[in-house]
Amino acid sequence: MLKSCLVVDDSKVIRKVARHILESMSFAVNEAADGQEALTFCRAHRPDVILLDWNMPVMSGMEFLGAFNDLDYGREERPRVVFCTTENSIDHIRAAIEAGADEYVMKPFDRETLEGKLQLVGVA
Amino acid sequence: MMGGGGASESAYRVLMGVLESRTGQTLSPNRIWRIEMSLKPVMQRHGVADLDALVGALVTSNSRQLLDDTVDAMLNNETYFYREHSVFDDISSTALEHLRKLNAACRRITIWHCGVSTGQEAYSIAMLLAEQDAKWAGWQVDIVGTDVSIHAISRARIGLYSQFEIQRGLPVQRMVRWFDQTDGGWLAKADIRRRIDFSVQNMLTDRPPLASPADLIFCRNLLLYFSLPMRQKAFAKLRAMAAPQSFLVLGAGETVLGQTDQFVASPRLRGLYEPADQQARCATAA
Repeated sequence: MLKSCLVVDDSKVIRKVARHILESMSFAVNEAADGQEALTFCRAHRPDVILLDWNMPVMSGMEFLGAFNDLDYGREERPRVVFCTTENSIDHIRAAIEAGADEYVMKPFDRETLEGKLQLVGVA
Repeated sequence: MMGGGGASESAYRVLMGVLESRTGQTLSPNRIWRIEMSLKPVMQRHGVADLDALVGALVTSNSRQLLDDTVDAMLNNETYFYREHSVFDDISSTALEHLRKLNAACRRITIWHCGVSTGQEAYSIAMLLAEQDAKWAGWQVDIVGTDVSIHAISRARIGLYSQFEIQRGLPVQRMVRWFDQTDGGWLAKADIRRRIDFSVQNMLTDRPPLASPADLIFCRNLLLYFSLPMRQKAFAKLRAMAAPQSFLVLGAGETVLGQTDQFVASPRLRGLYEPADQQARCATAA
């Protein structure tokens, strides 16, 4: 069965690039344009991994993560969360880890970087 | 034209000869085309117009700096943190545990990274050990990293990595724990930098600065650049520097089969190699 990834980013271009890379890695890809859309998706589905932007309208990545942490996945394993953002300061990275992010990709990124991070969280 | 560029065939041959005589490494046909691209910054820095002029300058100028820069630029310094990370997981859970029991009396372990390039894999093992500090209290653990590239060793000593480099293979938890963010990139903290002694060495001709024979040798993705005779010489050198009961770690695509009789696959630890004479002794003892 294909692994699934939810790409959460307000940039259509980034979503397109991420989709292209992920599909070439045999991921089934869904997209959300902000944290609220992502939360709605996650209430109905369980992706294996969430690629999450930080700054987005409506609901930011950190706000999403706070709400996402309250979702009950029951016996199923919690999806991995990989931040993928231009917020590249160590303070942002520490805050993301404390909030429950499993990995962090600093933009700009390439296929190899993303693939490596997905391997580190055990989904690639 | 060997490289597909504008240089003469003899220029490529001279450059390949320089590389082999200085490092023992040969350029496979699929790397030759990169020579011109790799040497472009060197040619610009030294005010040389093209590869033919570079070869001319190497022959006539006696410039040590030009020679060092030329050789350095032709080396492949590809590396990244926790390269093939399962290897590091296995080493942490098996090889280091085995050596810990083996060396319990002297409480000393020497790790040699041969062909350490810009240092990421040596820092990877240093971080692993630093995270087990309590376990290794009272032990002397030496990590020595050597490489023929002056530029690579200079970078390894500094321990400063770009955003691209720091994201390759390094888990984010370890990145924030062991590196500081600076204006120039991500700098390894003093606590892991001090654990590694980096030095410029030609593995075929120089004696690495090991205080005691190496218990664990990393020589990954280096021997593939040697011709078979050079590779055999390299294996002999690795064996000469290895402790009687020690482990050798090669790259994923490398093996000892058909290459040397100095090392054999470890029957204890999957994916590692041991000195062949150690094997023989164990077999006799069994």
